[in-house]
Amino acid sequence: MRSGERSSQTRAAASRHDTGRRGKAAPRGTVAPYLFLTPAVALFALFLALPIGYTVYLSLRRTKVSGLGLGRGARKEVFVGLDNYAAAVSDGELWAGWLRGLAYGAVVLSVMLGLALLFALLLDSARVRLARFSRIAIFLPYAVPGVVASLMWGFLYLPSTSPLPGVDFLAASTVLYSMANIAVWGGTGFNMLVLYTTLRAIPQSLYEAARIDGASELQIAVRVKIPILAPAIVLTTVFSIIATIQVFSEPTTLKPLTATISSTWSPLMKIYRDAFVTGDLYSAAATSIVVAGISLVLSFGFLRVVRNRAFGEA
Amino acid sequence: MAARGIAPTAVLLLGAAYTLFPVSWLVVAATKSPGELFSTATFAVGTGLLDNLSELSAYRGGVFWLWTVNTVVYAGGGALLSTIVSAVSGFALAKYRFRGRSLIFNVLIGGILVPAVVLAVPQYLLFAKIGLADTYWSVLLPQILHPYSIYLARVYAQAAIPDSLLEAGRLDGASEWRLLTGIALPMMAPGLVTVFLFQFVAIWNNFLLPFIMLGDDARFPLTVGLYTLLAAGANQPSLFNLIITGALVALIPLVALFLTMQRYWRTDLAGGAVKS
Repeated sequence: MRSGERSSQTRAAASRHDTGRRGKAAPRGTVAPYLFLTPAVALFALFLALPIGYTVYLSLRRTKVSGLGLGRGARKEVFVGLDNYAAAVSDGELWAGWLRGLAYGAVVLSVMLGLALLFALLLDSARVRLARFSRIAIFLPYAVPGVVASLMWGFLYLPSTSPLPGVDFLAASTVLYSMANIAVWGGTGFNMLVLYTTLRAIPQSLYEAARIDGASELQIAVRVKIPILAPAIVLTTVFSIIATIQVFSEPTTLKPLTATISSTWSPLMKIYRDAFVTGDLYSAAATSIVVAGISLVLSFGFLRVVRNRAFGEA
Repeated sequence: MAARGIAPTAVLLLGAAYTLFPVSWLVVAATKSPGELFSTATFAVGTGLLDNLSELSAYRGGVFWLWTVNTVVYAGGGALLSTIVSAVSGFALAKYRFRGRSLIFNVLIGGILVPAVVLAVPQYLLFAKIGLADTYWSVLLPQILHPYSIYLARVYAQAAIPDSLLEAGRLDGASEWRLLTGIALPMMAPGLVTVFLFQFVAIWNNFLLPFIMLGDDARFPLTVGLYTLLAAGANQPSLFNLIITGALVALIPLVALFLTMQRYWRTDLAGGAVKS
């Protein structure tokens, strides 16, 4: 988008540009687009808006037991305001989960995105042999379900089947890195591909110009390619933050193999336990909203910081 | 010039070795009998592959193959419906001007940012209320709407369908429905293959939703089935070879799809990822 060229007066006209401003693109007043969008909007209402609303509703309620809790009417659902949130925020287990999540997320994001960027730049540098093989191999884990990835690495970590039986990959001090390794293994290829395809779309003439000016390949990578990649890096980072906060299948799959992973290891595992093991739906709902809120704040906060820094002119 | 390419090539091959290492371990481990798994060298090929496979087939009356069929139904049916909904929505958002267009687009796309967990638990509760929890529908229906696919479909529609073609169709008296099915969808087809593939893999790999929705293991997909196998077998090393063989079999269809559809993973992802 050439947003820099636009003044506020022409913005309205420019926004019409993509559908053709001749006005003949589609008859105005036709109901067709509304009909075409009905399935998506209906699915959105039923499976997104309604569940979110229901979660908010549940998060404000709690069961009150009167007397012995026997018989009809002894258990009543009542509004309790923000009590569940207060309990969720002051819950030590959840905070421990958040701290683990923060450490885990920092390791995963920096290593995964760093490797993805490195591999994408190397693939694009044109002097690499076997590039096709490497690209396909590094992207391959994308096709591996998180459960299967955790199973494979789990057995590689397990002393009885590990190729390095001397190393305890599942000790309290190492399990976080072992878990991060699974996420890095699974996510690097996809992010590499997004960055690589962005690089491929850049006209080669841009690099030729830099080369004629005497820039080395490294200088081209740092001064030309990385700035062009910035929006794609931001996008992959935001998606990675959301995915990292929601880590569930990996620790859940590893849990049977080791006692060091508790049933509340990640925030999502705690929500699952509250909802289905201890049966406290109201706490689970409040915690869900807190988790969603934190992931939204982190994603938008990251976007804002980066926008102000890197795209100040946009 | 060739000499300078050695270091980058080596780094990339190291990356490839890292990603291929656990998969190749899985392939080798699946050939080992329970005894060999704990006694032979890590990458020594064993003799138990056929026994492992027949043991896996016999496990609880062949429930593993039922999980495989279920996974194909969930991923195939869900991805197909998802692609159709995304394509039709993307076309409408790209090629029509109407009141509320940007509002609908922004609200639908906002769904990308909603964490699955906020949805899965209440979705289960709501399905339970209408008696549909623990059914195929409870896993299939919530995975049809995929905001990112709608975004991609809109990008493809914008890039692939010239307005002049739609205008010509209208002058010839074609209905809007006919324009959709006769012109728009065929022209968007290559991009829609990509949308289908991504959604197929996402549903195939999903664990949280079926794990929460389903109780009857006759309806499990492979991910949940393998998890229950592991949860049951973690303390019984005699079951390890079954779990390992199951994990390998669960991988094969996706890896095959992945390798044969390389063209669609690459080029069309560029179309969607670049034009942001």
